[in-house]
Formats: sequence, C-alpha cells, structure tokens
Amino acid sequence: MTSAQNLRADAHRLADPLPALLAQADHLASTVLLGDHGRRRAGMGDTFWQYRSAQAGDDLRRIDWRRSARADSNFVADKEWQIAQSVVLWVDRASSMTFTSDDDTPTKADRASALALATAILLDRGGERVGLTGMRLPPRRGAGQIGQMAAILCETDTTDYGAPDVKGIMPHARAVFISDFLGDISGTKEALLKAADNGVRGALLQVLDAQEESFPFHGRTIFQSMGGGFQHETLQASDLRMRYLDRLAARKDELAQLASGTGWQFHTHHTNTPATSALLWLYQLLSRSA
Amino acid sequence: MWTLGPIGFAAPFLLLGLIVLPILWLLLRAVPPAPITRRFPGVVLLLGLTDKESQSDRTPWWLLLLRLLAVAALFIGFAGPVLNPSTAKTGSGDLVIALDGSWAGAAGWAARIELVDGLLDEAARTNRRTAVINLADLPTGEIPFAAPSEWQDKLANLQPQPWQPTDATSDWFAAQSGSFETKWMSDGIDWAGRNDLLATLEDRGPVTVYQSPRTVYGLRPPRYEDGEIVVSVVRTPIGNAATIPLTAIGLDPAGVERQLQTIDLDFAAGAPLAETALVLPPELRNRVTRFELTGQRSAAAVSLTDDSLKRREIALIAGGETREALDLLSPLHYLREALTPTADLINGTLSDIILANPDVVVLADVATLGGLETEALTTWVEDGGMLLRFAGPRLAASDLGRSEEDPLLPVRLRAGGRTVGGAMSWGEPKALAAFPDTSPFFGLPIPDDVTVSAQVMAQPDPTLATRVIAGLADGTPLVTRKTLGLGQVVLVHVTANAEWSTLPLSGLFVQMLERLAISTRADTSDPTELAGTTWLPTTVLDGFGRLQDGKALAGIDGELLATRTSSPTIGPGLYSGQESQIAVNVIGPDTTLSVAAWPARIPVEGLASLRETALKGWLLTAAMGLLIIDILASLLVGGRLRGPRANVAASLLAMMLFAPDAQAQTNDAAAIAATSQVVLAHVITGDKETDDIAQAGLLGVSRTLFQRTSIEPADPVAVNIETDELAFFPFIYWPIIPDQALPSREAYAKLNRYLRAGGMIMFDTRDADTARFGSGSPEGRKLQAIARGLDIPAIEPIPDDHVLTRTFYLLQDFPGRYASRDIWVEAAPAGAELSEGMPFRNLNDGVTPVVIGGNDWARAWAIDAAGNRMFPVGRGTAGERQREIALRFGVNLIMHVLTGNYKSDQVHVPALLDRLGQ
Repeated sequence: MTSAQNLRADAHRLADPLPALLAQADHLASTVLLGDHGRRRAGMGDTFWQYRSAQAGDDLRRIDWRRSARADSNFVADKEWQIAQSVVLWVDRASSMTFTSDDDTPTKADRASALALATAILLDRGGERVGLTGMRLPPRRGAGQIGQMAAILCETDTTDYGAPDVKGIMPHARAVFISDFLGDISGTKEALLKAADNGVRGALLQVLDAQEESFPFHGRTIFQSMGGGFQHETLQASDLRMRYLDRLAARKDELAQLASGTGWQFHTHHTNTPATSALLWLYQLLSRSA
Repeated sequence: MWTLGPIGFAAPFLLLGLIVLPILWLLLRAVPPAPITRRFPGVVLLLGLTDKESQSDRTPWWLLLLRLLAVAALFIGFAGPVLNPSTAKTGSGDLVIALDGSWAGAAGWAARIELVDGLLDEAARTNRRTAVINLADLPTGEIPFAAPSEWQDKLANLQPQPWQPTDATSDWFAAQSGSFETKWMSDGIDWAGRNDLLATLEDRGPVTVYQSPRTVYGLRPPRYEDGEIVVSVVRTPIGNAATIPLTAIGLDPAGVERQLQTIDLDFAAGAPLAETALVLPPELRNRVTRFELTGQRSAAAVSLTDDSLKRREIALIAGGETREALDLLSPLHYLREALTPTADLINGTLSDIILANPDVVVLADVATLGGLETEALTTWVEDGGMLLRFAGPRLAASDLGRSEEDPLLPVRLRAGGRTVGGAMSWGEPKALAAFPDTSPFFGLPIPDDVTVSAQVMAQPDPTLATRVIAGLADGTPLVTRKTLGLGQVVLVHVTANAEWSTLPLSGLFVQMLERLAISTRADTSDPTELAGTTWLPTTVLDGFGRLQDGKALAGIDGELLATRTSSPTIGPGLYSGQESQIAVNVIGPDTTLSVAAWPARIPVEGLASLRETALKGWLLTAAMGLLIIDILASLLVGGRLRGPRANVAASLLAMMLFAPDAQAQTNDAAAIAATSQVVLAHVITGDKETDDIAQAGLLGVSRTLFQRTSIEPADPVAVNIETDELAFFPFIYWPIIPDQALPSREAYAKLNRYLRAGGMIMFDTRDADTARFGSGSPEGRKLQAIARGLDIPAIEPIPDDHVLTRTFYLLQDFPGRYASRDIWVEAAPAGAELSEGMPFRNLNDGVTPVVIGGNDWARAWAIDAAGNRMFPVGRGTAGERQREIALRFGVNLIMHVLTGNYKSDQVHVPALLDRLGQ
C-alpha cells in the first residue's frame, strides 16, 4: 500500500530526471544542424518540389496545367517526398547500464538515454515517427511522444543484463538498439535475426565505460555484476587483463559480424568521450538511407 | 641482566615470545590478504578465467618476513636490550685517574673526559675512593681522594693545559703515602719524567694506560731567514703522508683580524718534520700576529709572533752625498751595515718616504729641510714616528737650533761644535761615560776603544739634563732625546760615519740602535738581559689553542721568558715589556715530538669507551616503521594502492615524495609569469590588511599605467623576500609596519643584489599624517632597522629638478593619501651643475635604487576588484585632484624605473640643435 505522500515522493523522484534528460537531449540534438533534413527529392508528399517537363509515362493527372499554359510544353509539378519513416528505439535499462567508473562521467544508462532521446528529437523534427520497442510506445510524432519516451527511459530494470526487445517493430521500419551488449549475446543475436527477417534495418550502439575497456585492476579482487547475479574472484586481477581484453574484442567482433550479416551498423561509444560523435553517427546513419 | 655478546637484556624472559614466531608464520601464511570487492559489469566476460599463479592466495613471503620482523622487534624491544652493558670489573682500593692533561690531548679531550666519566661510574659501583689528577696541573698537598660522584661533578673543570707535565710530577707522587691503582690517560706523546713517574706509580699499585694512536702536530715558531719566513711543523713520527694547511693571521688595515696567507706543508710518510718558506711583503709580514695550523685544535698548533718577525722600515737620508765612490766615508755606510740584517731600508726623497710611513727616519747630517718637508716630518713624528739624527759638518755649520729649540732637534746647539784630540787641539779624544740607569742604553758594556774626537755641542738648558741619554766622560752629551707628540726625536752628536768618532766602528753602535728600538734583532733571549724585568701578559693561549685576554693576569719575571717555551710556570702567550714584546709558545724552535712508548708489562687500552646504549626505543621505532610499511605493502598486494579509486593513497604518496618538485614547478611557473610581462611587486609584510592594500594599490597603478601609457603591466604579485627571487621585478613596493620581522642574512644579500642590479624599492612608512620623516615614529624606526643592512647610497630630499618630476607627467608634488613633501631619493652626484639655459641639472646616470617616503601611496592608488577606489583621499574635488596627482606620481615612478633617466637627456637639446645648425 503506497500512501499518497510516498506516491508523490516517488512521482517527484521519477519526474526529477525528466527535465534534465529532456534538456540534455534537446541540447544534444541542437548540436546537429538539420541541413539535409527531408528527403530532398521528388516523391510522394504535399509540398511543392519542382516543375519539370512532362515525360512519356507521366500520368496526365500529374500535369500542372496552369504552368503548362504559359509554355509550349507540358510541365509536371513534383512534390517533395515526404514519406514518414518509423524509427523504433530500444535502450537497455538493465542494471549493468548503471555503472560508471568515475563520478565525472555519466553512467552508461544516462548516456544511452540521452543519445536515444536526442535521436528521437532529431527524427521528430525531421518529421519521422519515433517510438520504443515493446508495446508501450508505438511510433508517433509530436512533443508528447518525446515526453513519454523520456519518462519511460528513466525507468530502470533490475535484471543484470538486458536483451533487445523486438516486439512492436513494424516490418521495414528502422531500429536502433543501444546497450553495452555485455550480457549473453544469444538474446541480441535472436532479436537481430528476427528483425532482419522483417526487413528491419538499423544500428547497434554499444555504450561502454572506460574501465570496461582498460580493466585497470590489480590484486585479489571479487568482481560482481551490478545486480550481484554474477561474481568472479581472482587473486591477481592484473593477470586477467589481457584475457579480458581479448574477450571484449571478440565480443565486439561478433557484434560487428552479426550487424554486417544482417545489414545493420555497429558502433562502440565510450561514456568518457563526448556524446555528440555518437549522436552524429546515429543521425547520419538514419537519415542517409531511408 | 643477561648478556648476549655486546647486548644485555633487562627482561630476557620476554625473548621466549620469539618462539611464537614460527607459529605466526604458519598462521599468517595461511591467511591471504583480504580481497577487494568491485562492481564491474564486464564480469561476465571474466567468467571461466582462471588465475595462472596458484600460490598467490597466500601472503607473499616478503610480507610475512616484514610482519615477523616487526613482531620480533617488538618482543626484543620490550625485553629491554642494552648495548655494551657495563659489567662490574674487578678492582678495589683507592683509584687514581691520572691525565697527561697537556695540549696534546686537546684534540680528543671530550673522549678522554667521557672515558674518565665511565671509569668513575665503575668506581662508584664498587665504592672506591678516587682521585682525578691532571698531571700538567698538579694539586698541592695530598692526593685529593674523594667519592667518584664528587669527581664527576668536577669533570667539566678539567681542561688541557698548554704545556707538558714536568719531572716534578714523579717527585710529587713519590712524596705521597699509601697504595692505589692508577689509570693513566696518556696524550700519546712522550715527555721528560714520564718513565720516572711510571716507575713511581708502579710501586704503588697496578697501572693501566689508556692511549690512542694519534698524530700530534706542533708548530715551531717561524723564523726570519733571508727575506723569507721559514715555518716548520713537527709531528709524532707516525702516520702517512699528510698535508697540513698553515695560516698566517693578522690585522688588516681596518683592524679586523684576517687570514693573511695560507700555505700547505707536506709531510712525507713517517717524517717528523715539514718545513716551508713563506714570502710575504713587509707590509703584510709586519701585520702577522700569529700562525695557526688549520684544523688542529691544540695550543701547539698556534704560534704567536712577537717583534722578532717584525722588520722595521727605516728610511735613510743623508745630506749631500757628493763625494763619489767612497763608501766608507758615506754618512750612511755604517748605518746600512748595522741595519740591513734586521730591518728593511727605504731610500728616496724625504717627501716620498713620509708617504710610505716608515717606522724610523734617519737623517745623517741633514741641516736644512724645506718648509713642507719640515711640516710633514713633524706631523709624522707627532703621530708616533721616530726621527734619528746624526750630526756632521753641515749640522755644525748651520744655524739650526741656535737661538731657539728646533722642533726636530732635541736640544739647542752651540755654533761650530768642538774638536778634541785632533792635531790642532788640546786633549785626548774623549771616551764615553757609563750610561745612567735612566738611559735606554743602561747596562751596555762600553768598549775602551770608542772615542769621540769631534761633536756638536748642546746649549746648556734647564731641560738638557733630562734629555741626555748618553754622554762623554767629560759630561758633554753624546746622545740626546726628546719626545714630540707620540714620537721622539733623537740626536747623536757625532757623525754616522767614522769621521768624528770610532763609535760606528764598534759593536756598541749596533747595540745602541737596538736599544733605541730602531733595529729589532731579538736577543732578548739572553737571561741576563731579562733578569729583573717584569713582563705583562697581553694575550694568552689555553690548551685548545684559543686566544684569551691576559691583561688580568699578573706580571711575569723576565728570566722565565728566556726559554720562550711554555711550562707550568709560564703559559704560552704574548708578553709585553717596556718597548718590546716576547712571544712564548708551546713548541720551541728545537722541540721534537715522539710517541710515548710503554713497557710490555703495562696494559695499554684504547680511548674508545663503550657507553651503555638502551636499544629499546630504537627497536620499538623500527617495529612501528615496519608495521607502517606493512600497511602500505598490504594495500599494494591487495590492489588498493593501484588501480581505480587508489587516487587518495597515490596522492598521499605523491605529496610525501614529490612535494619539493611541485614547489619547484610552481616556482618556475611564477618566474615565467613574472618575467613574460611587466609585473609590479610588493613585499609581504605579514600583516594581511597591509598586504592586501599594497596589492590593491599596485593593481590601481598598474591599471592606470595600462590606460595611459605604453606600459601594460600584468597583475601585481606579492613577493616573500625570504624565499622568492626578486630579480624578476623592476619595482618593489615595501610598506613598513612597526612589527615586521627583520629580513634574514640571506634575504639581505638578495635585497642588496637586487638594489645593485638596478632594482628599485619604494619604502612607504605610511605615517606622513602624524610624523615627519626621520622623526622616530615606530614605522620610521623599523625602516631604519631594516635599512641598516641594505646597501643604500647617500640619499637626499627629492630635488626640484629630479627626473622623477618629468618622466611622464610634469609634477612637483608627490602625494599619496597624505601630501607630505618628505620624499628621499638617491643624492645627486656632487659635481652636478645647472646647465646653461636649462631648468634642471645635468644628471644623466642612474636610477635611484630607493624612494623613501610616508605618503601611503598604496591607499591612494588602491582599487578593488570592480575598479572602485577603496579609500578616500582628501576632501571633495581637491581630494580627487590629490588622488590624480598620486596616480601621476605612480606613473612617473614606474616610467622612471623602466626608462631610467631618459627624460634627462633633454639637457642635450641645445647642443643637438646647435649641431644641427638651427
């Protein structure tokens, strides 16, 4: 039984990060100039794009008579292609993402959320529909959608490691999976294959902490996962370093292989580097080949 | 107490605790260092990895060893270990501890006393009556047996004596009754009577000798030989080749004692003697007061010099040496012969000679002196010179001193003189009368063959009788003397050659010159000469070779001085008699040193005494240190010293290890910051408010400069004159507060270097509202105290035409918060003159190194961070005007610092215009 007071406190606690996250994402999104927004080519749409001479095969209905009347030849008024794309995001909210090695760098979850939300804002401004996987937030447009997405991204999961959820991805939509991909890879693999079967293409963004890349440990150490579900004890941590790094490289390699096999893109981002680079990568990828 | 080798334990049963160490080893070994738990998402990638080194789950052996050592140190420490525990030695009956106690033992005196202390401890334990006897300073009467503790109280009074024990010691002991054991601290060198004493002591009981092999050096009195000073050093003929530096010490012209010359003496291995010659200019040689062997601490390493080394400078001047090539007839020939061995002769004209300030001027038959020469000579005599005149035909023929006494003649002279015993006169040549006892010549034997055949005669006078110091048999004066000022004038009434008398041919002539202290051959060694005289010690040496004032000591009978070496009756030192000084030294000209050899039956022990040393504190400290190392090592092994989150430990370590480096880096950064731009500086006085105001004031003047001139200073800095480098700053503002600490010597050196290298310091006493400059306000007195150590040139109140009045603005007032006109700057050179048609003098060089005033400029200049004025100046518009002038003064001041006297070059404008043809 939750008292009203507790509920309110909880609500506050939940709501607190929202403006910050939104502002952060907004700020992040504003760093990307929408220079090549839109499809920039003739296609289905409402807004005028260009007049061009009618060619054989052009539907008579498409001839702009008003324009043609002023000349000898017939003209067709092209509209700009404005097909709205659906982009579905999945952000790992498992407890492994709450890790940060340094008080000055954000947790992986924070960075992942900020990147996802900024991408969503950019896509929304670009006229795309953005949603989250799962059935909670199907792709839609508008500021309300962004707010809801922020709220959902603030939630955390208690599982140790997460796996992408492919529910709610429409065929031929675009998808972005953001996670550390440290957990069991079979879930990721399965999700990816399923999505690829549906003609979904997209990007895998791996967010890692600096310590996960460098493994700067020495001495007798017990390593625990963030949820405490996994544990490994070593007597000489520094001794494990090379082997850990080998395994990490193998994991990345595997992910890259998986991505290229399904036509996806794979990128690794570190929380101690600026988020903008990852955002640019994501945005370029999504706007390049709609 | 239970002993183990040189170590004894107060609580040995605690050592049983050491048995647990092996058990501890096993226990500790089984317990590995506690692991550290880390949250790490990448753990899944680690799953399945195994450690390569399987044994590191045990504590590393070196950590174990460290801990065991710490525990063992604790056990052993609490067991109360004592190094060299004193164990009771056998011995009973009375004990005599005899010390040679001579200068030779001065070098190791502390060790000897410590050893005696240890022996007394021992004697106290066995309740023996003890006597400590310094053989060089024997007590009178019975052997003063007393309780050892009583002697321990008196040990500090035992001092080495600056002489050796004598034969008398043996007799003294022989006269004592009873038997006793003797422990004898030998100084290591042999002395007369040592064997006798040993025999005497052996009759009374067992004798143990304590002696350590040590080379003892002694400096023989330097002697003068053929223009060189020959110094020789003797040593006990043991030891390797050695080089001993010797220093000649004397007063410099300012009266300050200095090292005048240093020379090395080389001993070959085993050689007992080293000798070298020292060449010193006469000026320096006469200044030498003593020679010292550097680094040797005994009376034998010091040799005082008396008159024997001094060579007087004697100027010889003869009247008209016109006859050529007749040396024997030269008025100066016999004087030269007599004086050359013992004095330095100077030739030249009188006016030149007086400049050289000789000790004696000899005028042989010189009658007329120029007015200027007379004046100079009189002044010189009155300042302590000695003028010796000889008569001769010219003096006899002149009218000098006829009617009234000439200041440079002791008596009036009668015209013509007289001749006796010649072909044209009656009578025999006169012989000399015996010298009266008031005469300095008293006691000199008069040879029969000394006769006088001609002389100048003294006019009978009331004062004549007191001035005659030698006369002829008929009562006419031969030598007369009077004092003039501090000096004296002596007239010998015959010639200096053999024309008028045979005196110059005899040995008496030389002796008389000596007695007059004209020549100074040291033959005061003749005991008969010294008999009956009394000499007062002026300086005496103690056993360590330290000089001490001897004026409070009683006079010494002259006969004792004859040997010139010290003995229990006469200590080394400088003794002054009527007209000369005698130095008594420890080492005589023929002294040799030899090692004291003891018969085989006498046990000889070294001087090294082993004191009880409690080791408990050391061991416990070591245990603590080991435990601290153990903490660090455990952190290291546990991975807490490295890796993430180890920054605290690492930074602590870094602070301990690299703090100086960081300091150096800051210094470098500060130096670069201070030198890459113009930076004004103020001295940190220690009073925060004053420092803040000084900082704000300099900031204000810096801003003003930036706005108005091409000088664009950076923010001012505060300098600590003790630690910071000053050379980076062109200008330093120094507000004076009354309770400021004086700079250290190093800081003074730095400040003086800064001032000499062209820096400027502005002293601001900030008291111009209440005090005039130099009127003794607390700040003024502090400024005087500070400035005492500074190299500040002559200063004067700032003149109207000082370049500070026009370096940027034209100013005549230099107000700060107060508008006093008392500002002092370096005085203009005396020769500065007003140029034709120019309003100021031709002062072209030098920036004043100091500006001193009390107008509290910093407060007038001060601005806060927002650029607002911090303190009011004056009242209303006039006050603002005063502040503006104060700022202008600041601008002028910094311009003056940076451009020097550039603005003074305007004095050249007329000349330049002229040259340009305008």
